[in-house]
Amino acid sequence: MWELIRANKRNSIILMTLMAAILLLLGYIIGALIFGPTGGAWGIIIAAVVWLILTAVSFAGGDQILLMASRAQPVTKEVHPQLFNVVEEMTIAAGLSKMPKIYIVPDPAPNAFATGRKPQDASIAVTAGLLGRLNRDELQGVVAHEMSHIIHRDILYVTLAGIMLGTIVLLSELLIRGMFYSSLGGRRRYSSGGKGGGEAMILLVIVAIVAAILAPIMAHLLYFALSRRREYLADAGAARLTRYPEGLASALEKISTDPSPQLAAANKVTAPMYIVNPFKKKGQMKLSDLTSTHPPISERIRILRNMTHGVSYKDYSQSYTATTHHKTIVPPSALRDNDRNIRDAGEKPATDKRKADQMRQVGDIMRVVNGFAFLTCACGLKLKVPPNYKPNTVKCPRCGKILEVPKKQAG
Amino acid sequence: MLASVATVVLIIIIAVLVLLILSAIGIYNALVRLRNQVNNAWSQIDVQLKRRHDLIPNLVETAKGYMHHERGTFEAITNARAAAMGAKGVADAAKAEGALGQALSQFLLVVENYPDLKANQNFLALQEELASTENKISFSRQNYNDQAMFFNNKIQMFPSNIVAGMFSFGKRDYFEIEAPAEREVPKVSFS
Repeated sequence: MWELIRANKRNSIILMTLMAAILLLLGYIIGALIFGPTGGAWGIIIAAVVWLILTAVSFAGGDQILLMASRAQPVTKEVHPQLFNVVEEMTIAAGLSKMPKIYIVPDPAPNAFATGRKPQDASIAVTAGLLGRLNRDELQGVVAHEMSHIIHRDILYVTLAGIMLGTIVLLSELLIRGMFYSSLGGRRRYSSGGKGGGEAMILLVIVAIVAAILAPIMAHLLYFALSRRREYLADAGAARLTRYPEGLASALEKISTDPSPQLAAANKVTAPMYIVNPFKKKGQMKLSDLTSTHPPISERIRILRNMTHGVSYKDYSQSYTATTHHKTIVPPSALRDNDRNIRDAGEKPATDKRKADQMRQVGDIMRVVNGFAFLTCACGLKLKVPPNYKPNTVKCPRCGKILEVPKKQAG
Repeated sequence: MLASVATVVLIIIIAVLVLLILSAIGIYNALVRLRNQVNNAWSQIDVQLKRRHDLIPNLVETAKGYMHHERGTFEAITNARAAAMGAKGVADAAKAEGALGQALSQFLLVVENYPDLKANQNFLALQEELASTENKISFSRQNYNDQAMFFNNKIQMFPSNIVAGMFSFGKRDYFEIEAPAEREVPKVSFS
């Protein structure tokens, strides 16, 4: 366990160092372009300062920003006891001292994500669509995947790398725009510097253009590599926590075949936080899609289903190798871990709800989250009262009985 | 000349001693941390077992009104609960809790014959709580066994076994299912 976290840390630090190198190089070129050939150091300082400011901002409230952007609502146990229980179960299985806060995103697309820099103040958010479609074992698999992100400290690295990526994109955009404007108005300034200086300047401009185009691409690739790797590891962690890889496999299958539209509040930088890529894209089946934040779902399902011998990291690694014919995804130090005797808990019966029932449930969860009141009439009809309904009573449309609307609680 | 050789030897001996003591301190601290983790994992199981014990009277009360012909099932649960609450020590508790778990799963099987009971909202909520508590018990047991294994490995492996022997760190029992029926392979017949 700890070996895995440490190995994870090492890999991420290598990837992030590469990203930082790209960032500083970009800064140097900008500096050289603005202040002349000796001004590179200033550019590096500017790049570092921009990065530090963005990092500080996101550390002050990064997880809250993501939760707010996805319109996630904090929920209590009454809203969805099963979700609450499942998160509690996974907290125990992971041996965490504090249970993550639970949020529901009122969106019919099935997805889930976790945020929070430390395991002690993490949050898990799931969409209403996910809750409506999955059975208990599948929900457990998804929550275990998110819990693995939390205990592997993935969120911290994905956030840090995301900010670095954002800074690189920002700087290269500035560079391109800056060059565009200076080429319009500032040509005379450089030509007065003498012939040799002019040639060096042209060379520098070419380097700058190449850098401004290549840097964001390189940074994206590094970011996605980091993110994909962590998805596999979180799947392995989920299998280990639940001792039941089929739960997550079946959940992923349901999510991937779901026809609902893509998640409303997601963008390319926050995408790695989700359990499956929130962007629906054709041609996701390719084995090594370099520009994807997530490994192909079909492959993740196959790896989980191939874990026939047990559920430890070692078993996941073997299954990964057998399925993808790549070398191992789990760092070797984690395989020394003494958990190779961990066995599968065996088959569990899985029952599915009917489709119409599911859709109604998705709607109900979204209404509860949005502050609807629920009444049950004596005739058995269930009434859903919207939060902006003003009168104190409502007439049952079936039997005509007058019912009292309960006072809405704050929030 | 001789004196300086003696000094060098002395310095080397002292350095080795200091190094040994430092690593012994490190190992000792690691052992204490692991032992505390095992204890914490054990107290987690305790919390969940207590939850299960508290949940059972409610469940039995709710179900009694619907299930008039299942006196034997209720008695089995109540007796198993009393035995589990009185159990002392890891091995004993594991045995009693195994029996209780079995009685409960028997009960949940019988429930399938009572559609009225299965339609009761109150009972459904209790059933979800019970299912979750059973899961929590098995997950906390899983966590306890993992932690106990890390601890046992540490106190049996060289060189930490020397420090463990000096400060008498004892091996921990695993929480294993003792109910014989849960170990048996279920018989399936297609007649």
